[in-house]
Order: sequence, then structure tokens, then C-alpha cells
Amino acid sequence: MIAKLLYSGLLASLIAGTAFAGEPRGTNDMGIVVERAIGKVLVVETTRRTVLGEVEGLGDLSHAAAVFSRDGRYAYVFGRDGGLSKVDILTNTLVKRVMQAGNSIGGSISQDGTLIAVQNYEPGGVKIFDAVTLDQLADIPATYGEGGARSKVVGLADAPGKRFVWTLYEAGEIWVADLADPKNPQVRKFKNAGRQPYDGLITPDGRWYIAGLFGEDGLALLDMWNPDKGVQRILDGYGKGDPALPVFKMPHLRGWGFADGKMFLPAIGRHEVLVVDVRTWKEVGRVPVKGQPVFVMPRPDGRQVWVNFALPDNGFMQVIDVPSLSVQKTLEPGPGVLHFEFTPRGETVWVSVRDKDAVKIYDTGTLDEVSQFKADKPSGILFTARANKIGL
Amino acid sequence: MRNLFLLAAAVPILFYGVAAPAWAGDPIPSPARQSELDYMLRQDCGSCHGMTFKGGLGSPLLPEQLEGKSEDALADVVLDGIPGTPMPPWRSLLTQPEARWMIARLRRGLDQ
Ligand code: HEC
Repeated sequence: MIAKLLYSGLLASLIAGTAFAGEPRGTNDMGIVVERAIGKVLVVETTRRTVLGEVEGLGDLSHAAAVFSRDGRYAYVFGRDGGLSKVDILTNTLVKRVMQAGNSIGGSISQDGTLIAVQNYEPGGVKIFDAVTLDQLADIPATYGEGGARSKVVGLADAPGKRFVWTLYEAGEIWVADLADPKNPQVRKFKNAGRQPYDGLITPDGRWYIAGLFGEDGLALLDMWNPDKGVQRILDGYGKGDPALPVFKMPHLRGWGFADGKMFLPAIGRHEVLVVDVRTWKEVGRVPVKGQPVFVMPRPDGRQVWVNFALPDNGFMQVIDVPSLSVQKTLEPGPGVLHFEFTPRGETVWVSVRDKDAVKIYDTGTLDEVSQFKADKPSGILFTARANKIGL
Repeated sequence: MRNLFLLAAAVPILFYGVAAPAWAGDPIPSPARQSELDYMLRQDCGSCHGMTFKGGLGSPLLPEQLEGKSEDALADVVLDGIPGTPMPPWRSLLTQPEARWMIARLRRGLDQ
């Protein structure tokens, strides 16, 4: 009997394609690489830098984002086509997939791991799902103004206390929803947050929500500890009235972190990284860089900040030395550098190079490439360490 | 890019044969450049308009959305952008015939 049970367990894991044939393993050194054009993710492992498996059938991943369950076993992948997919990275299987909207841009997981929120462009709004079953629990349309028009939703983030925050692009509003009772969301709206907010982030301590503005030289800041103070404007007029340069790709804000008590942000229409003191929210410097920054992300220890760029400079990356606020090195992994992710303690960074169909791995100490592997038009690289971080 | 433009202009006879009527008189991007433009459409325009052009931060660019609009006017939108919106001016990266080629490509539908 026991032998039979054991046997069928083994069989099940073989059928499920477990990478280590039933051998238990942790997932803390694992992650996924999104292959944007073919609806597939690679399951990867950062200790030996290998691809463990792949999962297909995730639809249109042209703007794919993902979050991880708190046990680091499941990736929730948000497809552009409105698909929400739950992927088991231990067995390389697609556990469940629901089509929840026509056009979607990303999602978040609640502090307690029970809720998945998805931000949609079409129809504009946020939907809330049960993280286990993917059953829909709530629908919060992003309606605004007199006529009941719906806005695209950008910059969704999880906040402590089973809350989510997001921004309405057309409406220029920031909404904070409390999902203590998931079927009955309590939404607080902050109007006049700024013109054309294009993305948002919450700081790793969960206190500050920041929306980047395309239509203004400035950013919108909401203190989640003191929401009654409303939305403040920071870095107002950072462009100093200079004509903006074309922005061939919108910067992304999620992935931000502290470095040396400062925050590093992409300027819009200027080839600069803005440096802000996180106590005063005043600009304390700016670093001239090669192009329009897209991702500006500190190494986990904050000693370096890495930047990639929009066209025509998307072949490059630059490493900013934080103490001196200057570019330490320019790398050229590209063309087509779309995203990068640090291993949890930052000894390497994994870079997706779309136009070379490759993921390249750099040692962040020597700044040398140490490894690479093939991937079909890779975009997002997301490691399970995100499961333990607010705002990711 | 400018060089490619000149190159295409220098060998018009080769390309006029396949030109759609509306393009008569325009130089057409070389086949190699066409495949670059096609890639750029999906990947780079796609970052705002969606890789299948069903829309994103940018409006949908499916044949039905572009129907009835003048090809030249749409090419101008691509080259000059739409001020006050995230649609950037592509003039530094694309020539007029290249922008027109992209519009024609979008109008046929990307799967054609
Ligand atoms: C950074 C984002 C972004 C990128 C990249 C981008 N667009 Fe746009 N585009 C927009 C936005 C936003 C609009 C809609 C502006 C509005 O009217 O509100 C738009 C509008 C347009 C329109 C007008 C559509 C109509 O129905 O009138 C065309 C045509 C267009 N884009 C083509 C392109 C092409 C071709 C490319 C690539 C060469 C491209 N776009 C790249 C953001 C972008």
C-alpha cells in the first residue's frame, strides 16, 4: 500500500515534469523569464544559472508582468490580452488561466497573499481575484467625471493592510482601496493628482506612493500614513521649461528602492536620472545618462544604480556609482535591452536582450558578463524574492 | 537611415514594380529595411500600441481604426508625434516613406 502510494506520487511528479524528479527543493533562487512574443515563460534558477523548464500557453505577453505567491511556488502572470495565469514553477505547469479583461497591463498581490489585483486598460479598472482559485471577488471600474467615462489604470501597487493603490491615466486620480472585505472594497479617491500619470510605485516600506506624470514636470506623492494630507507635488518644474526630448518608450517605476537615503527616478523627456532625498523629497542631484531612462533600479545593497534606455539607445546600460552620483560604466548588452533583475543579494544582474534573443548575466562587482542563455524575445525577468517585498 | 533612403531613391525602378498606387512617385524602403520596419512596428510601436495593435497607452492601430484617414496625415502623425500626448515624433528615426510604409502595413493588418 505504502509502496503503491509512493509509486503513484513519483509518477505524478514525473508526469508533472518536476525539474528534480520528486526531489524537494526551495524556490528562493528561482524565477521566470517572459518570452513576450510566444506566450511562454522560462523557469530559471540563479544558483547554477540554468533554465529548469518552460510553461506555454499564456497568451499575449507583450507587456507581461508577474507577481509571486508568498510561498514562492506560483507565479501569477498578467498578459496584455487580459489573461491572468497561475503558473506552478516547481512542476512547470499552468495551473489555471482566466480571461478577465480585453487589455491588461499588470497586477499585484495583497500583503497576506490571498488576493490578486489586476489593472486593466480596457475596460479600464481593477479586478480582484482569489489567489487560490482565481475566482473574481470584486470589480472596481475606473469611472470618472460626469459622463461616466472609464480611465486606463496604471501604477497598481499593494500597500500594507490588504490595500491596493493605483492611478487613473486619463482622469489624473489616485485611488486607494481597502479590501479587508474583498467583496466590498472601500475606495478613497484623490482627484487632481496630476496630468497624464503614466506609472506609479510604492516605496519598499509601504509608506509613500508616487505617480510619475507625463503631462507635467513633476511627480505626485501620497503619504499612505497621512492620507488626509492629500497628494503633494514633488520635483515640480524639474524640466526647467526646456523643450522635452522625444520619449520612445515610457519609463517604468516599479522596482524602485532606496540607495544611500536617496531615490533615483527616470526624468521624462530628458536624458537624466533624478536624485531625490527621501526625507525632504527635494532634488539633491541629477545624473546625465546616455538616453531616455526606462528602468532605474538600485542593486539591492544600494551601492550602484543600473539604468536601461528607450530607443535609440536601448542597446546600452549604464551603472551609476551612488556615492559620487556619476556613471561608472557603460555596457552594451543590446540592441533591445528590455528589462533586468538583480539576484536577491545583488551579486549578479540578469539582463533581457530582446533583439539578441538572449538573457545575459553580469557580475555586478567586475561588471563583466559571466554567462548567457537563449530566450525568445525575452522581456520581463522576475525572481521569487519579489514575493517577500512590498510593492513588487 | 538617411543613406538607406537615398539608396532606395537611387534604384527606384526596382521598387516601383511592387508599389501600391498611392505610393507612386515615392521611394520605397528596401526589402531589408522593410523587415526592420516590420520588427520595429511590432516591438517598439507595440510597446505603447500593443504588439497586436489592439491598443495600450496608445490608441488601437487596427485596420478599422485607421480606415478613412489619409495615409499622408497618419504618416505625419508618426513623424511629428501628437504634442501633449505620449505619441513621440519619430522623425529622427524614420523617413517619410518609411512612416508611410508603416501606415500602409498597419492598414493591411499585421497578419496579412
Ligand atoms: C511612448 C508611447 C508610444 C509609442 C512608442 C508609439 N505611440 Fe503612437 N500613439 C501614442 C499615443 C498615446 C497615441 C494617442 C494620442 C492621443 O490622441 O491621445 C498615439 C497615436 C498614434 C497614431 C494616431 C492614431 C489615430 O487613430 O489617429 C498613430 C498612427 C500612431 N500612434 C502610430 C505609431 C507608430 C507607427 C509608432 C511606432 C513607430 C508609434 N505610434 C509609437 C503613443 C505611442
